[in-house]
Amino acid sequence: MELQINDQTVAIVAEPALPLLWVLRDLLGMTGTKYGCGMALCGACTVLIDGQALRSCVLTLEQAVGKKITTIEGIGATPVGAALQGAWQELNVPQCGYCQAGQIMSAAALLQVKPHPSDADIDAAMSGNICRCGTYTRIRAAIKQAADQGAKP
Amino acid sequence: MIAADESTSPEGLSRRSFLLRLQAMGGLVLVADVLRIAKAAPTDPPKYGAEGMPHGTVDSPLVFLSVGDDGWVTIMVHRSEMGQGVRTGMPLIVAEELEADWAKVRVQQAPADEEKYGSQDTDGSRSTRHFIEPMRRCGAAARMMLEQAAALSWSVPVAEVRALNHEVVHQKTGRKLGYGVLAKRASKLPVPARDSLRLKSPQDFRYLGKGGVALADGHDIVTGQAQYGIDPWFKDMSFAVIARSPVLGGSIKQFDGAAAAASPGVQKVLQMPASIATAEFHILAGVAVIANSTGAAIAGRKLLKIEWEDGANGSYDSDAYHDALHDAARRPGMVVRESGDVDHAFQSSAKSIEAEYYIPHIAHATMEPPAAVARFTDGKCEVWAPTQAPQVTREDVAKHLGITPENVTVHVMLLGGGFGRKSKPDFATEAALLSQAMGRPVKVTWTREDDLHHDFLHTVSVEYLKAGMDADGKVSAWLHRSVAPSLATLFDPKINHEVPPELGMGFINLPFAISNLRLENPEASAHCRVGWFRSVSNIPHAFAIQSFVSELAASANKNHRDYLLELIGPARKIDPRSQQDSWNHGESPERYPVDTGRLRHVIETVTQEAEWGKTLARGRGQGLAAHYSFLSYTAVVVEVQIDDAGRIKIPRVDVAFDCGPQVNPDRIRSQLEGAVIMGISLAMFGEITFKRGRSQQDNFHQYRVTRINEAPTDIRLHLIPATDWSVPLGGVGEPGIPPIAPALCNAIFAATGKRIRRLPIKDQAKRTT
Repeated sequence: MELQINDQTVAIVAEPALPLLWVLRDLLGMTGTKYGCGMALCGACTVLIDGQALRSCVLTLEQAVGKKITTIEGIGATPVGAALQGAWQELNVPQCGYCQAGQIMSAAALLQVKPHPSDADIDAAMSGNICRCGTYTRIRAAIKQAADQGAKP
Repeated sequence: MIAADESTSPEGLSRRSFLLRLQAMGGLVLVADVLRIAKAAPTDPPKYGAEGMPHGTVDSPLVFLSVGDDGWVTIMVHRSEMGQGVRTGMPLIVAEELEADWAKVRVQQAPADEEKYGSQDTDGSRSTRHFIEPMRRCGAAARMMLEQAAALSWSVPVAEVRALNHEVVHQKTGRKLGYGVLAKRASKLPVPARDSLRLKSPQDFRYLGKGGVALADGHDIVTGQAQYGIDPWFKDMSFAVIARSPVLGGSIKQFDGAAAAASPGVQKVLQMPASIATAEFHILAGVAVIANSTGAAIAGRKLLKIEWEDGANGSYDSDAYHDALHDAARRPGMVVRESGDVDHAFQSSAKSIEAEYYIPHIAHATMEPPAAVARFTDGKCEVWAPTQAPQVTREDVAKHLGITPENVTVHVMLLGGGFGRKSKPDFATEAALLSQAMGRPVKVTWTREDDLHHDFLHTVSVEYLKAGMDADGKVSAWLHRSVAPSLATLFDPKINHEVPPELGMGFINLPFAISNLRLENPEASAHCRVGWFRSVSNIPHAFAIQSFVSELAASANKNHRDYLLELIGPARKIDPRSQQDSWNHGESPERYPVDTGRLRHVIETVTQEAEWGKTLARGRGQGLAAHYSFLSYTAVVVEVQIDDAGRIKIPRVDVAFDCGPQVNPDRIRSQLEGAVIMGISLAMFGEITFKRGRSQQDNFHQYRVTRINEAPTDIRLHLIPATDWSVPLGGVGEPGIPPIAPALCNAIFAATGKRIRRLPIKDQAKRTT
């Protein structure tokens, strides 16, 4: 099977039902996408599938074929992704940082459709991403800062 | 080794030495180092701070830093990064004294090697306070060597030169030489003796106390390049998950791994060594499924057929255990501190009030679950692990593999959260054993279910308090019984009292001016792995005491703030020994007394900033709590908004915090912001329950943590400024947590009149009418 990951075509030999998360992490060594729960409850494994934020821990390899997959390793190539990564660093958002890849991916999907999100928009888009260290206030501020800096899709 | 008998007997060395330490060292037992406190003869003078830790401190610049010909300074960090910012803060201290330019500093992580680096256990909110002085000396010594090298180059007296921002300047002539040019010459000079070091004057600090620096790992984290313990990847590696005994002390009666072994991608099914009598940090009995991906291993594990022998803990039921703790709390227990005549004071009091509080087991739920990679070849083992205890990891892995620690290399990776869970390296031992068995690199990943089923949980406790009041509502008698299984049961299941570090976490060292007081600790035994969770026993002690004070104030019809300040009494420095606190966080009682002036000040600050007592709309309320822990002073005001359906919103939280001098204020702020969220999590939702010895929570839908839409949007931090760097530092990582739950519950009381004494809160704020 072939996957389109960060604008590259990659050939994969694996069970069609294998979750995309393990294809990325274990078969390809792309470890920026994180495991957190395996049940789409925490958002650590969030990737973009055709621009939509989805949990790669429950999305199978088969379902990902033919879609445009963007991971944390590739999101910086988009204006929105670069703006978010910049704001995240300026505000020193991460503590342990483990969930932040998933946070940034969810935030990127949000800004693609809502360049100037309200607090309610942020709540709706980001409530699927758990941060156990509790960086939520800075995540909110960083999304707003990236938006203010005119991150355009 | 796999499937071989575990050679450590329950009477083995570590348990014996642990008990010895408990008895001989008394209060010097440090929570994280129950396994291995430096051997001291009973007649030795007590050692405090870092020197009381195994392997103490090292302050040689030859160990901790190097300057390249290109001018890049590399600073070694020997403590573990788990979000507290140590990989930024610790090198910042060295860079400050070195007069280095932070933009030309690289950070490198030290492997496990305490003889070389000094104590590496990263817990107890200790890293910065224990290592600020050694790290300052490191930087200062290297700076003086660079100055000496420049003076030699110019053939001028060293007194005429001065290091300034990554170069040395000859003040008379204005000549300059960069650190890169001087590096080789400086490296050949002797390291100046400790007593000859010239430390910078704090008024010349460019970084310490200022902040404004980027995180050492910020870029790597946001671009997905940061390497956590779960991330190392080798082309020829295998991926394992393990089905572990659901009950502590359980074993495998029989198992059938045929279907799992035939599952796609599965390479092997292996039985792990049997569980042993003392939990320590040993692996649990189980069956490993090793595959070509973690996903394949998880799918294969579902096909295992295992019949477990549960053993003695198979009847553990947390509801029944709550009742047992409740009963114990109603009977006299071991008296751990007493003053005055409590019984007489109760008899002569105008009224008495009693209350009982319950704090359940809490799971760490680090976002990165326990995970590690190991590569065993030719009798040596390399381990990549997210460990808070590198040296313990090295020693435990060596012991289980049957090799010497010198043959084990532990690469300390970033931790995707630690909170105390990753002080216990059972997951690294599992990876090492499986790599040895497979003859190739193996990554072990704990699924979230594994994590919630087999955690070293925060203890469960019942706290019973009773106070006698005079006619004016002033407290004349105070009785507090704290009942909780001790984390020391990991090393000796027979221990049934809280050990000095647990007593010393806000229970025995109650800083109230009450003449008649008795503190008791009835017996309790453990039936699951009890470990340390960020803030440890401060969580139940603070919840009970700070809730109870609010209850007393309400009963006396007094302002809670005024009542709390009156209980604390005038500003004074309390000798912890006068409170029977032999532990005092392992610090000198002279250097670190309990300063009620500082405690009063954070309370006054936070109530002023939060406009304590302001008029609030219906359904709103403010709650206050304050707590001294890890040598720092924290006070919190939480504001809640509760609708008619009982749904709780937390629009605002104010925190006043005094930890003494602040190395990197930005990371102090981030730790407090995080503590607010984690404190709300544990108060609102945190609970692991047991039935038939089994944890009943599988994943985040059953073990809820606070999400962004439930988090306060307005967290206001009020750091007490400290410009006097001779004041000893307090801890930062943990003290923010304990006051959150009581402040939140006190706010709910203010808003609704409903008193919550049993955590978690869940829907208890719902009106019953």
